[in-house]
Amino acid sequence: MRHLLSTRDLSRDDAIALLDVAEDMAAVQEREVKKLPTLRGRTVVNLFFEDSTRTRISFEAAAKRLSADVINFSAKGSSVSKGESLKDTAQTLQAMGADGVVIRHPSSGAPFTLATSGWIDAGVVNAGDGTHEHPTQALLDAFTMRRRLHGAASRGRDLDGVRVVVVGDILHSRVARSNVWLLETLGAEVTLVAPPTLVPVDVSGWPAVIEYDLDRALAAGPDVVMMLRIQAERMQGAFFPNSREYARTWGLDDHRFAQLPETTMVMHPGPMNRGLEIAARAADSMQSTVREQVANGVSVRMAALYLLLSGERGETP
Amino acid sequence: MSESFLIRGATLPSGERADILLEGGRIADVGTLADAAGATVVDADGLVALPGLVDLHTHLREPGYEQSETVLTGTRAAAAGGFTAVFAMANTFPVADTAGVVEQELSLGEAAGYATVQPIGAVTVGLKGEQLAELGAMAASRARVRVFSDDGFCVFDPLLMRRALEYVKAFDGVIAQHAQEPRLTQGAQMNEGALSGELGLAGWPAVAEESIIARDVLLAEHVGSRLHVCHVSTAGSVEVVRWAKARGIDVTAEVTPHHLLLTEELVAGYDPRYKVNPPLRRQEDVDALRAALADGTIDIVATDHAPHPVEAKECEWDAAANGMVGLESALSVVQQTMVDSGLMGWADVARVLSATPARIGRLSGHGEPVAAGSAAELTLLDPTATADFGVDRLAGRSVNSPYLGRTLPGRVVATFHRGVPTVLDGEVRASDEIAAAFARLAEGSARG
Repeated sequence: MRHLLSTRDLSRDDAIALLDVAEDMAAVQEREVKKLPTLRGRTVVNLFFEDSTRTRISFEAAAKRLSADVINFSAKGSSVSKGESLKDTAQTLQAMGADGVVIRHPSSGAPFTLATSGWIDAGVVNAGDGTHEHPTQALLDAFTMRRRLHGAASRGRDLDGVRVVVVGDILHSRVARSNVWLLETLGAEVTLVAPPTLVPVDVSGWPAVIEYDLDRALAAGPDVVMMLRIQAERMQGAFFPNSREYARTWGLDDHRFAQLPETTMVMHPGPMNRGLEIAARAADSMQSTVREQVANGVSVRMAALYLLLSGERGETP
Repeated sequence: MSESFLIRGATLPSGERADILLEGGRIADVGTLADAAGATVVDADGLVALPGLVDLHTHLREPGYEQSETVLTGTRAAAAGGFTAVFAMANTFPVADTAGVVEQELSLGEAAGYATVQPIGAVTVGLKGEQLAELGAMAASRARVRVFSDDGFCVFDPLLMRRALEYVKAFDGVIAQHAQEPRLTQGAQMNEGALSGELGLAGWPAVAEESIIARDVLLAEHVGSRLHVCHVSTAGSVEVVRWAKARGIDVTAEVTPHHLLLTEELVAGYDPRYKVNPPLRRQEDVDALRAALADGTIDIVATDHAPHPVEAKECEWDAAANGMVGLESALSVVQQTMVDSGLMGWADVARVLSATPARIGRLSGHGEPVAAGSAAELTLLDPTATADFGVDRLAGRSVNSPYLGRTLPGRVVATFHRGVPTVLDGEVRASDEIAAAFARLAEGSARG
């Protein structure tokens, strides 16, 4: 694997192989000494043009547990309007000898531009670009589902027939996009639930069913309900009347949660707006995977960095 | 080099083969001609002779944005593409919203010598859409402005648009509208559709263009004014314009070469060379635009030549500037999409790239037929030359062409402006040679 830019590029075999490596990494996390020497002498740069402490520390922990040197480069703000361009930043990192760049950027496609421009030789991991993709989030979500469903027998398994309902701001969500492509690849059946204003205008090509009625989607008895965060700025954009109406219509509130079978997983990529898209009772329940998702995030990111940066660059592992 | 030229064996737009004699800044004769004493002979066997091309929509960037283009470099690009006249859009700095700025633009064009520069005036002060600019003063200035546009921005306020349409009737002016509903296109990055949803880029919906065109044709009908629609890009817009024309509304419309050839799929690689406003659309739109140009619903091709420095395109998609250079490639793209496809002949090309744009812009001395007595504005095209379009084909200051690396047909072999070759043997001539030729021409006419 040369770069990890999108879950769309991953074949079923690639995806399962990555999840299996993540299982190995998770096993390491259960040891007293959590560190592997694999990436000793390699340099990983966390290049964050957008604040995200959670994602950054997850990647930082992953790189450090593989013994890589980690440089955190926070470059918040639009690259052109606030001085240095993406090109100059990339060339600076190249000159410093970065082997891997983990990039979070507010512009969709920026990781793709970085990976294909020729400005830098490093392997690029997309840690979230605009409203496009967030592939490691989708991989950790799939990893979490697989572990809950198959436990110790997870290795080699896909998600065939698993029914996943994703609820919230699909239009602006990079998590939703990455999940749709990856879940399709792994054989899951995806239903997207949102107010019509928060669904892209044409999703006829998406391997997912669109549903506006959350209760109907939940009544079908899904295996997984994934709630997405509603950003504060959407309240101003006339996407829905107000947060009360949103919570009432598209929130996983106590009543809706109580009606779910105990086997249904409740997922959220975090950070959560408790009381808006998800009730505290659902978030803190045994069915909630929120904390597992965080722990699994480190394992999955270790796997991604390992596959990108160990051995000869550009070689297929 | 003499100041008269005998062009031997050219193919006229009508398909006839003829010799053309240029003398004293005019076409002296067309037909089977004997050698003329002192005339330089140009072998035009196999070349198509078109009236000098006229671009109703060019961004020359000067004054204010000389790092992208100047009047000199922009008109050099025009000459390279076979253009002898360009209408310079008003979004310079300062904005061309006063008689002073449009006269400066005119003077810069006269000094450059490569092509006639006809300034376009802003509709509103500073392109801000709040208050009418001094339209009358610009019309009465030495620049004789007849086309007014806030291009880059839509004259969105319906009352202001109505007033502008009415006001310019006093001097036979036209409002050239950049049709873009601003609220529907906030932060817009590409055509809104299936692909924008996948790429996570904010959508620029077709309805944002079509709704403004619909409003404007109704306004033009109501006040009995002339409207020109810039860079029509959607199949729906074509339907609205077709309806308006059938109703007798005095509307004209343009399409850009890139909207005749390129589609939104090119955005998938996030390469900002393909970022343009209005955005590249679907193949269905391209097909509708070609059909509309062929049947006359769309009147003209205009380039929307929009030069930008390298750094404005070497960046992430959102941060990149909108626009493509287009003067040097326009005729080749029109040949590929309209002529080689069998939709139009060369007489149609002469109409949509010369005669009609000159008429819409009320520009005299351009767009005249290739016939005795016309102004000596002429382009010779080799339609059989097919080549990779490389930076060597670009003659302006900027290289943001979406066609680099593509194979395009046709090559401009010569361009004559006021009887003087600005391009000869496929090479753009140096500006001092052109200035010297004009000086000799002026001397000759003073003596004569």
